[in-house]
Amino acid sequence: MAKYLLYPGCSMESSAKAYSESLAAIAKPIGLELEEIEDWNCCGATEYLGISLTPAYALISRNLALAAKQANGNKVVVAPCSACYLNLAKADYYMREQPKLGKMVNEALSAGGLSYEPGTLAIRHLLDVIIYDIGLETVKSKVVRPLTGLRVAPYLGCMVPRPDYEKRWSDHEHPIELDLLLKALGAEVIDFPLKTHCCGGHMTQIGPETAFELIRRLISSADQYQADIMATVCPMCQMNLDAYQTETNRYFGTNYQMPIVFFTQLMGLAFGLEPDTAGFGSELVSTKRALAKIGVEIAETETAPARPKKSSGLPMPKPLPRKPELAEKSEAEK
Amino acid sequence: MKKKNENQAEVQERIGVYVCHCGSNIAGVVDVSEVARWAAQLPGVVVSRDYKFMCSSPGQAMIIKDIQEQGLTRVVVASCSPHLHEGTFRGACERAGLNPYLFEMANIREQDAWVTSDKTEATKKAKALVAAAVGRVAHQQPLEALLVPIDPNVLVVGGGIAGIQAALEIADSGNHVYLVEREPSIGGHMAQFDKTFPTLDCAACILTPKMVSAGNHKNITLLTWSEVEKVDGYVGNFTVTLRKRARFVDESLCTGCGVCQEKCPKKVIDEVFEAGLGYRKAIYRPFPQAVPNYPVIDKNNCIFFEKGTCKACEKFCPTGAIKFDQQDEILTIEVGNIILATGYDLFDARKVSNYGYGRLANVFTSLEFERLSNAAGPTGGNIVLRDGKTVPKSVAIVHCVGSRDKNYNNYCSAICCMQSLKFAHLVKEKTGATVYNFYIDIRTPGKGYDEFYQRLIEEGTLFVRGKVAEITDVAREPGEEGKLIVQVEDTLVGKQRRIPVDMVILSAGLQARADAKEVAQKFGISCSADQWFIEKHPKLDPVATMTDGVFIAGACQGPKDIPASVAQGAAAAARVLSIIGQQQIQIEAATAIVDEETCVGCQQCIASCPYQAIIYLEDKGKAYVQEALCKGCGTCVGTCLPKCISLKHFTDDQLVAEMVGAMRTMKEFELIPMEAAA
Amino acid sequence: MVTPQTLDLPTTVPKQIEDLTLLEEVSARTAGVSRLEMCIQCGTCGGSCPAAADMDHTPRMLFAMLRAGMRQAALMSNTPWICVSCYHCVVRCPQNVHIADVMYTLKGMAIEAKLYQDSTAPDFSQTFVDMVEEYGRSYEFGLATRHYLKHFPLRLPGMAPMGMGLLSKQRMSITPKRIKGIQQLKAILKRAKEIEGGKHG
Repeated sequence: MAKYLLYPGCSMESSAKAYSESLAAIAKPIGLELEEIEDWNCCGATEYLGISLTPAYALISRNLALAAKQANGNKVVVAPCSACYLNLAKADYYMREQPKLGKMVNEALSAGGLSYEPGTLAIRHLLDVIIYDIGLETVKSKVVRPLTGLRVAPYLGCMVPRPDYEKRWSDHEHPIELDLLLKALGAEVIDFPLKTHCCGGHMTQIGPETAFELIRRLISSADQYQADIMATVCPMCQMNLDAYQTETNRYFGTNYQMPIVFFTQLMGLAFGLEPDTAGFGSELVSTKRALAKIGVEIAETETAPARPKKSSGLPMPKPLPRKPELAEKSEAEK
Repeated sequence: MKKKNENQAEVQERIGVYVCHCGSNIAGVVDVSEVARWAAQLPGVVVSRDYKFMCSSPGQAMIIKDIQEQGLTRVVVASCSPHLHEGTFRGACERAGLNPYLFEMANIREQDAWVTSDKTEATKKAKALVAAAVGRVAHQQPLEALLVPIDPNVLVVGGGIAGIQAALEIADSGNHVYLVEREPSIGGHMAQFDKTFPTLDCAACILTPKMVSAGNHKNITLLTWSEVEKVDGYVGNFTVTLRKRARFVDESLCTGCGVCQEKCPKKVIDEVFEAGLGYRKAIYRPFPQAVPNYPVIDKNNCIFFEKGTCKACEKFCPTGAIKFDQQDEILTIEVGNIILATGYDLFDARKVSNYGYGRLANVFTSLEFERLSNAAGPTGGNIVLRDGKTVPKSVAIVHCVGSRDKNYNNYCSAICCMQSLKFAHLVKEKTGATVYNFYIDIRTPGKGYDEFYQRLIEEGTLFVRGKVAEITDVAREPGEEGKLIVQVEDTLVGKQRRIPVDMVILSAGLQARADAKEVAQKFGISCSADQWFIEKHPKLDPVATMTDGVFIAGACQGPKDIPASVAQGAAAAARVLSIIGQQQIQIEAATAIVDEETCVGCQQCIASCPYQAIIYLEDKGKAYVQEALCKGCGTCVGTCLPKCISLKHFTDDQLVAEMVGAMRTMKEFELIPMEAAA
Repeated sequence: MVTPQTLDLPTTVPKQIEDLTLLEEVSARTAGVSRLEMCIQCGTCGGSCPAAADMDHTPRMLFAMLRAGMRQAALMSNTPWICVSCYHCVVRCPQNVHIADVMYTLKGMAIEAKLYQDSTAPDFSQTFVDMVEEYGRSYEFGLATRHYLKHFPLRLPGMAPMGMGLLSKQRMSITPKRIKGIQQLKAILKRAKEIEGGKHG
């Protein structure tokens, strides 16, 4: 059983309650041991960075310093929230790339009796740890209620696959990690082309029109591909697409009813847990219809017009294997 | 002149020192007359002068005169880098009757005047460098350069346009060439193209006459479907081992009728010639004008080799030329010179995932498009979408795919702008579609190239200055449904644009062959960080390499167009012919030499030699340095524990004297700070 | 010897507003090695940006303005405030410029110089930061109420269903969460601000 330091992030305790509940529910079955960092503080999201450099990085680095001190042999910090993940990873990376920044940050940390040596910790996202450390085989072995017939649009959001300085992900634009996980749960995964396009982030508060357009693009595309439900890894994305769907509909005069949940919730369902244990019930766009689909027996799946498959015509180039270990696994999934 | 230095063993030699002004290059910083005056008192110096331009005729004449009249036995010139003029002054010495290895140069320009701003310090340093050279030269010994005979046969590796050109030029001169090509036919990438820029000549029409000449030439031995396995030897005397792969077709019986290909039931995607866009059979020749015109059997895809059945080709062959039991042949040839013309690979556009190649059906690469447009291609020259039938009404051509990009290849691929313009013309001519070219810069430097750009503007091509950010099929509004959308910033307008098109052509960059590094190692040459073969000098010697006798030509040296490849092929041929014409060649005499008496035969030197120049003599149990291969790097000297290898012209005596000369002077002038500077 | 200042060439960027130290300053104040000077103006960033349509200037245009020393115009641009930090531009930029982080720097410089057209975004960030500095955690309820009251009072009634929804599903807390080491954090931030201030006095 691997033990990781957990940086939950502020949303996990409030708006992304479903995430933390479902994470707690599925962690034990797959052997994921998480130890919360003592007295962690807010990472500053995208707000502090826009005000002042040193305070912003000092704010983030207090967490790194505390985590390093907690002296967990593993030295890996897992962050489920994309913005937190990016902030922690960026702070560590930039302090290594630019020693001057590291010096200033450490000088600030010293005022609180703390210090952090850049490079001490590895910052990884929750999905990364589940795919590459726990492994898809383990996940698959825990599936008792395969999500057969459920069409899921994998939505990774922007801050996880990018900028990816440590090269953890298979691609910046169309990574396959979340696809493979959902396939392992037995779901029908649609080849969602906007899987790493931005949800608008905090623009829902600042410039709503901009945000609504970005939200609309995602939902309408998932709808076009006849997804039953979207699965995401980021509290902000879930919030924007879920809580703001009504306002977006109103703004554009549309009538989408696209539920969006965290991938850990789907894992919970597939592991046989009851919906409320798996964090369901707090979303504003109802998941009833989607859940009903997997309550139904495995009949023939409605053939929906997916990407036009060429029967004749000129051959297409083969896909480029991005990470050897994933390529083998995705062959096995077929 | 009185020799005054105490503790100095009396120097028997008569040394002449010449300090060059080099105009103001040196004299502007170093007090040259002072250096010459000071050098006069160094041990052994009988003549010490300064002069404006030592490399000039009067400068050299001065040295010759002093050698003859003053009986000089050693010469030191303090001037520029030996890379430039060591040859000049060695030549002058030789003409005066003095062995050229009794000459030494002190570089007081690149190593002093050009890098020091303080004149006093520069002068002191010049003195130290001169003293070093004077100390060394006294210990130098006369040496004779080795002469090796040249085998007039030549090996050309790679049958693309550069290799063909080189082979033809050498063959026409009456010398014999082995032209080795990995694919079943010569022709290279040029054979895949439809038209060539800027003349819009049909590529096959201008290439095939050369291919046929090469195939028929009495002085060219064509070895296709073959690869070089091993190279031994040195300039003038290479022994090359080749593998002539089994074609499973008897060339003496095959008439090239093509029936076997018609009857073969196994269809395979042709990844090489058709760029993955078309099919061939298991028995195939890559294109109708292949030279030689004999097919090969692709063992990995042949039903007979897989299961033991079929044999349709054998059944239908009218001359019984199919021979399934044919074996690979290993050939050993002797040649004097080698020309590498192995060409390029196309950048793999699948890597740029935001362009959707490999995921979105109607995104094509440049080579795929060439095959579409080529009348002998999979669509008979019709420009159609991936479905094989729809003619596009709007086409986007994207420049700089994988080039000029720190995420992929940093360099500019040289030909893509012209190629993109050519595509724009072909699309317009054949389909009348609306054509967009998306570029960062338009690079059209060659003859007729910018005029070609003007022509394309006149033809109505729409140019948008912006590097394409994304190609997507996700529509945002009605006009975008069912199209590929090119998302780009039109930088000249300062706004983002989404332009719907039916088809996208990616001008993918050129990159070195996947096995360039192994090939370089095989032939004893080097690759740059980008894996292009390294030339001897990027400006002044682009077809030679640091390895004598091995030359490079064409795209394997760096991205270039057809005229440049042809020119390099011809240039490499000329270099080879000049070596052959000399019939023997002089090898640099500063080579390592083993003292047979003290050598213990431990073979450490053999393992350490980067040029594999040392061999082990079994009968004597000693190491032996093959002088022609030795580059004088000195690694073996450092490795040998009993110190039985020495490097001629770089002996311990010489090196120590050089150091002593320098350090003594530095101490005298306090060039080494004795305490920390204030 | 003729120096540039002695030549009276007509320019459309008036000399008195040209500040050629601007590019260097922005680069120095950005986290990591920004490589801003390596920009070849290819337009990949402007082409990639999902929010470009709402920006005064595309990111590329903004960098050209920085290079031209147009301090006022660049800091007044709404571009950094519209940036959603999606990093599409960063991973596609052929010169590896840290574009998104340059946007953060420009926001900070705009706040410092009090140069922005619309105070919504700066206020939001400042409010968020005030909460974090007070409690050590973000406090959405406090943030939302203060922010909407100040900037979008008319949206509040329309937002009520969503707000109620979140509250009823316990996705938002009315009271803030607090960390134990808040004094430690305050000390760290105080020192950090001094260091930051000392950099460009």
